[in-house]
Amino acid sequence: MTKQKKTMNLNFGPQHPAAHGVLRLILQLDGELVEKADPHIGLLHRGTEKLIEHKTYAQALPYFDRLDYVAPMNQEHAFALATEKLLKIEVPIRGQYLRVIFCEIGRILSHILNVTTQALDVGALTPSLWGFEERETLMTFYERASGSRLHANYFRTGGVHQDVPKNLLNDIGKFCETFPKIIDDLENLLTDNRIFKQRNVQIGIVTKEEALAHSFSGVMLRGSGVAWDLRKSQPYECYKDLDFKIPIGKNGDCYDRYLCRIEEMRESVKIIKQCLKKIPIGPVKTIDGKISPPKKEELKESMEALIHHFKLFTEGYRVPKGKVYTAVEAPKGEFGVYLISDGSNKPYRCKIRAPGFSHLQAMDHLVKGHMLADVPAILGSLDIVFGEVDR
Amino acid sequence: MKLIELNKLLNSELTTKIIKTDIEEDELSINVEIENLYSTLLFLKTYEKCRFRQLIDIAAADYPGEEKRFEICYLLLSHENNLRIKILINLSSDEKIPSIVKIYPSANWMEREVFDMYGIKFKNHPDLRRILTDYGFDGYPLRKDFPLTGFNEVRYSEKDKKIVYEQVKLEQEYRKFDFESPWEGTKYMEKIKTSKTKDD
Repeated sequence: MTKQKKTMNLNFGPQHPAAHGVLRLILQLDGELVEKADPHIGLLHRGTEKLIEHKTYAQALPYFDRLDYVAPMNQEHAFALATEKLLKIEVPIRGQYLRVIFCEIGRILSHILNVTTQALDVGALTPSLWGFEERETLMTFYERASGSRLHANYFRTGGVHQDVPKNLLNDIGKFCETFPKIIDDLENLLTDNRIFKQRNVQIGIVTKEEALAHSFSGVMLRGSGVAWDLRKSQPYECYKDLDFKIPIGKNGDCYDRYLCRIEEMRESVKIIKQCLKKIPIGPVKTIDGKISPPKKEELKESMEALIHHFKLFTEGYRVPKGKVYTAVEAPKGEFGVYLISDGSNKPYRCKIRAPGFSHLQAMDHLVKGHMLADVPAILGSLDIVFGEVDR
Repeated sequence: MKLIELNKLLNSELTTKIIKTDIEEDELSINVEIENLYSTLLFLKTYEKCRFRQLIDIAAADYPGEEKRFEICYLLLSHENNLRIKILINLSSDEKIPSIVKIYPSANWMEREVFDMYGIKFKNHPDLRRILTDYGFDGYPLRKDFPLTGFNEVRYSEKDKKIVYEQVKLEQEYRKFDFESPWEGTKYMEKIKTSKTKDD
């Protein structure tokens, strides 16, 4: 008698703790082996791009916080750079350094979340408890600078909203001293952990060629051994003045990607330290009154400031005609904004390039032939946040 | 290799296929016809001096006033040369565009997204379904003639114990302010201004 093969369809998500949000994954299983995965996305689609077309440039910026809500300021950065490119304005040095500091804080925020939740997906509870304590500290830095823990809306076209309060930079410096110890602790829990390694080593291998063909970026690309980081290769802001290394994986499996993220956190701490040393005193946003609004004190005295304030918060500034693409190295990969301006005060079209979109697309390719239990491990190492995938 | 060199190279290698090339804001963009899209992209990916091996994104834009209503932009990246390029295609709403999934596997979802948002159809696409919008969604939301508020809204009905779809009911009319200055911005003033400058 011949054995009859029967495939089973399994609906993974949309409400599943290991789906990292609202992913509906339709898996075709042969026993425990995955034959095909069809991700259904869009359950968190909010029409960000359409909304942005109806808002002025300043009003469009907060939407970027809500994309990858794990590292909000990195997203704002891409949009701010795009408008600056069209407006041809320079960000003052202090503004650039503040941006870099907060971008790197965002990177640490995102990597802590990813590393610890990946550990959670494969069965380790403690790392997330330890990691989230640090995230809380980092989010207080966000709060002290911008007023909110997550949806910061801190970056502006031409710089950042306002200078940081007294002592914040000192406190960030203190954090940089203690945080490497926490990374060591996390590594103690995970790096040589037998179970963690069994669940991650040789799982979800991506070769160099595959990584390129599937439009991978960020850690997904570097984990497979491609030395590519936009902060190095196409430097923006003051990254070219800073000294940092780009960690690269060898095997392109989940474990290498984990190691890359751990190393990147250490590098981010280095970057922040250097920034704190080098940061000069000065303006934090462009002094062009037609783009950045005046200070509150000036409103009481100066008629011109009042007019500027009124015009900027009703009509907003106009951005010259053009089409630009700017990209930043967000924690998850290349986050880009393709901005079309028609010369008015609202973007004509703003296409958001989210790294997670391409990564999730390769899901079918990655999980084919793996066991069902590997699906959460691979999904975890892709570092998916649905805010940016669905937009 | 610099952008200008690349521009020269492309102009000499692809003369017959390119409509025009542009360097604006340090970004190179080339316009091509639909029938030449596939071969141009294949050339850019495989030619050893270009090596644009990564498709970053496919972005469409809608210009309802124009004869060729849609513009599609393919953003490519070459790691070897550290260069980016944009390939622009204009097409009318009844034209189909060849799918490039065979060249760049990652184009699959990007093309699905363009189809979902604009209703642009791709020839030979392996699986052209909607991707971001709801199951059973009707219309193409990113077209300029699609209203921001949409047509249907979803809510959970306590009475029926299920999700129900209803027409959008706004408690307050959607307000769209025109903040353009009455001294410089309004349309009739602009007309007068431009006609005056022409007379001069």
